[in-house]
Amino acid sequence: MELSLFQRDAECTWRIKPEGDMRVPGLIFASEALIRDMDHKVYEQVVNVATLPGIVTASFAMPDAHWGYGFPIGGVAAFDAKQGGVISAGGVGFDISCGVRTLTTGLTREQVNIQKKALADVLFATIPAGLGSTGFLRLSDSQMEAMLQGGAQWAVAQGYGEQEDLHRIEEQGCTSGAQPSQVSAQAKKRQRDEMGTLGSGNHYLEVQEIVEIYDPSAASVFGLREGAILVSIHCGSRGLGHQIGTEFLKRMAVSAAEHGIRLPDRELACAPLDSDLGRAYLGAMRAGINCALANRQVLTHLARLAFARVLPQARLEVLYDVSHNTCKEEIHAIDGEARSLYVHRKGATRAFGPGHPELPDVFQATGQPVLIGGSMGTASYVLAGMPLNEKRAFASACHGAGRAMSRHQATRRWKGRQVVDELRERGILIRSQSDRGVAEEAPGAYKDVSAVVEAAQDAGLARKVARLAPVVCIKG
Amino acid sequence: MKSGANGAESRELIRWEHFPHGADIGIRGIGQSPGEAFENAALALTAAITDPGQVDAQTGISVECNAPDLELLLVDWLNTLIYEMATRHMLFCKFNVVLRGTQELTAQALGEIIDISRHRPAVEIKGATYTGLHVGQRDDGMWIAQCVVDV
Repeated sequence: MELSLFQRDAECTWRIKPEGDMRVPGLIFASEALIRDMDHKVYEQVVNVATLPGIVTASFAMPDAHWGYGFPIGGVAAFDAKQGGVISAGGVGFDISCGVRTLTTGLTREQVNIQKKALADVLFATIPAGLGSTGFLRLSDSQMEAMLQGGAQWAVAQGYGEQEDLHRIEEQGCTSGAQPSQVSAQAKKRQRDEMGTLGSGNHYLEVQEIVEIYDPSAASVFGLREGAILVSIHCGSRGLGHQIGTEFLKRMAVSAAEHGIRLPDRELACAPLDSDLGRAYLGAMRAGINCALANRQVLTHLARLAFARVLPQARLEVLYDVSHNTCKEEIHAIDGEARSLYVHRKGATRAFGPGHPELPDVFQATGQPVLIGGSMGTASYVLAGMPLNEKRAFASACHGAGRAMSRHQATRRWKGRQVVDELRERGILIRSQSDRGVAEEAPGAYKDVSAVVEAAQDAGLARKVARLAPVVCIKG
Repeated sequence: MKSGANGAESRELIRWEHFPHGADIGIRGIGQSPGEAFENAALALTAAITDPGQVDAQTGISVECNAPDLELLLVDWLNTLIYEMATRHMLFCKFNVVLRGTQELTAQALGEIIDISRHRPAVEIKGATYTGLHVGQRDDGMWIAQCVVDV
């Protein structure tokens, strides 16, 4: 993008002054190199979000922002219901509560290297991944209701995990205010055999090695040390979330004019928080969040079963579980006044800093773990929320690298088999049902995640704690 | 740009193609009528997942869609197919679309149960979006029906 579009507030903070219908400024957090490379669509989408009713402070974009649907991927915006604020299905996205859960294993790289191939094969056989795969659960209507109300707490009560897991999940694994009755029969049907599945696209289960520690004190609290092995799971609310997103996007687009909302882009479809449709979506979306939390919990159970077969000495414990496609009601101080706001994070991670009242005791001194996914051949990061970041972007940070090229460009440049072979040469084992899927997700198709993370740190959003390198990747 | 043509029928007419989008895939159907463009957009949808030539037209399903305008109707049509693919575990390769005005559609879709080893599906489609959404006539008189799908 042209730098002349912005006023540079700080090294990594770029301001778009409010003009035309914008109610608030736009703020993009990025290095100069990242912002030069960013798609101009990000600028347009940040500006469009700034025009929505009831938006508070600014329309934000994270360092990994790219062209999304209505909102940019990497977009953050908060709305006040008392000031006519809206909730947007596009601002949450189709994959409600897509997120990352990272587990410690108690294993070292040497222990895993001996069994790496067996581990890859058993994980691939155990974790349902890709289109057409189904989970081992078939939920009855009443079980579906209970799952949508209870989230990961429901899954643990069914025996898929341990009570301690729940302390390391946002909202203790269960978002309150879910209304399964607002989730359509079609959405529930679409989920019927998809519990405990990864999905496809950029979703994965990855075995990772910690290759560098940046903040030894926080790393110690998080249970991280160099050479140790972690497991990260990236997936969301599966078919149920996709169907909720599809249905409410249409309802919101069709009814926007009735609600007196002028949409600069139909994909920005939204409804007032204080409306029947807004409340219905909020209840359905929260049920979708619980579905994602339950899904990652069931996948954790399956990962434990797989490790027990190959490396029985492993003990998989949840480091943390973050969601990066959500709208959450949170209290934030605006000009010294505590206000209840609905914070949309579309491809952005909540990143509460030290001392935040919603964090468990163990993270009070460090801030919350912020889990940043990479791609098959590149690094992932564990970050921690920084002090005072609530004043920057409602305590939010980036979520991943973001794509640098389209899927089509990627398949022209790489063949799946070639990607798998090259990664194997580097000691990384890939398991996937689709060569084309692997080519579309080739590491080179993504931006440099390290540059994104550096910018997030320089902007004061989240600081680096550890860098992880892939060892085994089960591709969705 | 990936595309498909009905080469057997002469003139190598492009029936569908994919267009790039940052993280996802744009699908475009081309036809002599809006209905044919809708049918070919559905073929482009299947082609985002697998080679449509590998899908057999074994079983048919019927669907109906309603929306306030032709563009939202395209999104509804594609989302209906995405739903049917997900819940029936099917892939579709042949479509017969009947449009009644600009707000109503009935259609048959023919295909088969997905066979992972044979179809090697590349992606699962989450939903059709309003991004890049357009239904209209080109200068040469052909209709196009297109949008970006989230994968």
